[in-house]
Amino acid sequence: MSKKVGIPRALFYYQYFPLWNTFFEELGAEVVVSGNTTKKIMDEGAKTCVDEACLPIKIFYGHVIDIKDKVDYLFIPRFTSVSKGEYICPKFGGLPDMIRNTITDLPEIIDVDVDLWKKGSNPIVSAFEVGGYFTDDRRKIRRAYRKAMESFRDFRRDVKKGILPEDIINKKLRLIKKTDGPRLNIAVVGHSYNIYDSYVNMDMVNKLKNNGVNILTVDMVDSSIIKEKVKTLSKKMFWNYGTRAIGSVLHFLDRKDIDGIIYLMSFGCGIDAFVGDMVERRVRRKKDLPYMVLTIDEHTGEAGMDTRIEAFIDMIRWRNKGESNISAHG
Amino acid sequence: MKVTFPHMGNTFISAKALLDDIGVEYIIPPYNNKKTLEIGTKYAPEMACIPLKINLGNYIQAYEQGADTILITGGRGPCRFGYYCEMSREILADANYNMDVITIDGPNGDMKKFFEKIKKLAGGFNIYKILKVVKNTTIVAKRVDEIEKLTFKIRPRELKKGSTDRVYKDFLNRVRTVKGSKGILELLKETEKKLLEIEIDKDFAPLKVGIVGEIYTTIDPFTNFQIESKLGNMGIEVDRAVTVSGWIIEHMLKNILPLSKDRQFSDAAQPYLGRMIGGHAQETIGNTVLYAQKGYDGVVQIYPLTCMPEIVAQSILPSIERDYDIPVLTLIIDEMTGEAGYMTRIEAFVDLLNKRRERLRSGKNIALSWS
Repeated sequence: MSKKVGIPRALFYYQYFPLWNTFFEELGAEVVVSGNTTKKIMDEGAKTCVDEACLPIKIFYGHVIDIKDKVDYLFIPRFTSVSKGEYICPKFGGLPDMIRNTITDLPEIIDVDVDLWKKGSNPIVSAFEVGGYFTDDRRKIRRAYRKAMESFRDFRRDVKKGILPEDIINKKLRLIKKTDGPRLNIAVVGHSYNIYDSYVNMDMVNKLKNNGVNILTVDMVDSSIIKEKVKTLSKKMFWNYGTRAIGSVLHFLDRKDIDGIIYLMSFGCGIDAFVGDMVERRVRRKKDLPYMVLTIDEHTGEAGMDTRIEAFIDMIRWRNKGESNISAHG
Repeated sequence: MKVTFPHMGNTFISAKALLDDIGVEYIIPPYNNKKTLEIGTKYAPEMACIPLKINLGNYIQAYEQGADTILITGGRGPCRFGYYCEMSREILADANYNMDVITIDGPNGDMKKFFEKIKKLAGGFNIYKILKVVKNTTIVAKRVDEIEKLTFKIRPRELKKGSTDRVYKDFLNRVRTVKGSKGILELLKETEKKLLEIEIDKDFAPLKVGIVGEIYTTIDPFTNFQIESKLGNMGIEVDRAVTVSGWIIEHMLKNILPLSKDRQFSDAAQPYLGRMIGGHAQETIGNTVLYAQKGYDGVVQIYPLTCMPEIVAQSILPSIERDYDIPVLTLIIDEMTGEAGYMTRIEAFVDLLNKRRERLRSGKNIALSWS
């Protein structure tokens, strides 16, 4: 019987799921993903986790609780770094320890280190460690790893084209309502796990789409552009997300076809506190572009979110029509 | 060029020694106070951690007294402190405070840039002079921490309440006026003598509490509402493993010099948090285990709201509480923290520790652990 590997549908699931999925399936394991985020999952997570943690971590807890009894292994890699010289949030680095010390009755956790901070580190080291749980055949692991990287590259290519990860993973494209007026291009900057989890952001992506908005995210910007843009910073950001966010915003500011920027952050996110502020300063200094910050936590009310999104879009449309000179600052 | 630097507890004494010895003109910002925090809160991002807010307040208050250059250490993450320099630069520029920021980053490969910064600061490059200055600064930092540790021991045992605080306050007032590492070391010697003259109750066995957590909030007395002095005056001996001199030696010097780092706390943290994840999370975990092993009665964890590494540590601490049967109190600080509520929690914790010891001594261990 094949072993069941549980992957919580949270945090880096939205960035790496195709990679993980192919890898485990090639090794003959059965992949079990927790369900879509629901109120129950969020509440369970918020109840178990320390109060001070940010919403995405609480949601992750909820997903772990959701699948822990259904699987033989839980896949919670310890992400220290995914790019040279850059880290992720410290909470990602301590995630397996946080889970292990808070939730009881857990299956075995596969907590492989992923640390590409040093020059020349190779993620295949981590792949061998994970693969070791399922087979001793190193050739098989190498083959699985290659296949996984292939499907990961395909996934990244589709995302760059502008298809949202959720649609790729679920293999369907949603219908979009027809709206009057030209479609707007709005850049949504934020962590992938906030933008692509439609429960957490209260279906923001679809609301925008149905209001006639094309969405651009950080994942759709080519990394070579980002690299070029962040060279203008006087000190390199040492967070992978921070570099990507600020690089893409600088890129969006150069483009003529962007109508506005929405910064989606979770309450209590340490990195967003700094990156969001940096981004806002750049936007304000550079030009008169509508910019809005949306902060989400487990208490956020949907009506308030809707009002702000609608007002933001209305404002942009009025500005574009030139009805009057409406300030970008709302 | 008039240099200023952010406050963090007694760090200003080491900074003063350093700048006096190099011969740079500088301004020590007013001691952290409510106004400092108010100014900082106005300019900093809402969800930034409290040290950034206080630092910004320090810079602006020093600017008002004529400072034009900020001296701060950098870092390479993932803790947000490493980006304070850039945040401050941007925020001050947008708020029209025209200040230059010099960041002392470890020389991570770029030796040329590192030396340029030192040259800019020292107005020339004389390796012997710089080595001597660094050595003297380190000695000052170590001595200051020793004096501080001494007050931790004497305060709960003093017969006349308030004597330690008086001597220590006098020291803090006078240290601003003495010159250079030499003058500071003399004053430290005098203070030590005065502290040792305080009459103490030699038989008194105080409760022992270890303080762990994020470095700024544990070291800076304004931020943590003088927790060390308050606990001391309640008759409790405190200890804090993370110190200014420790930070200078472990994080600054040992990153440059090929010396092996102190591994005691990380060994102790191994079963709970096997890796360095940034900030002081591993120190928090490791030191809590070490305090438990040394027979301390309780541990207090302090950190600023939204501090990423300490949230990880806080999630792990309940396991140590259970495994070692040691109560841990977590205090989280931001600009809205009220002193009364904070003190109530500390007093309740102290009551619990007292009761717990009583019960342990009478052999009937029915006390509940704090959670």
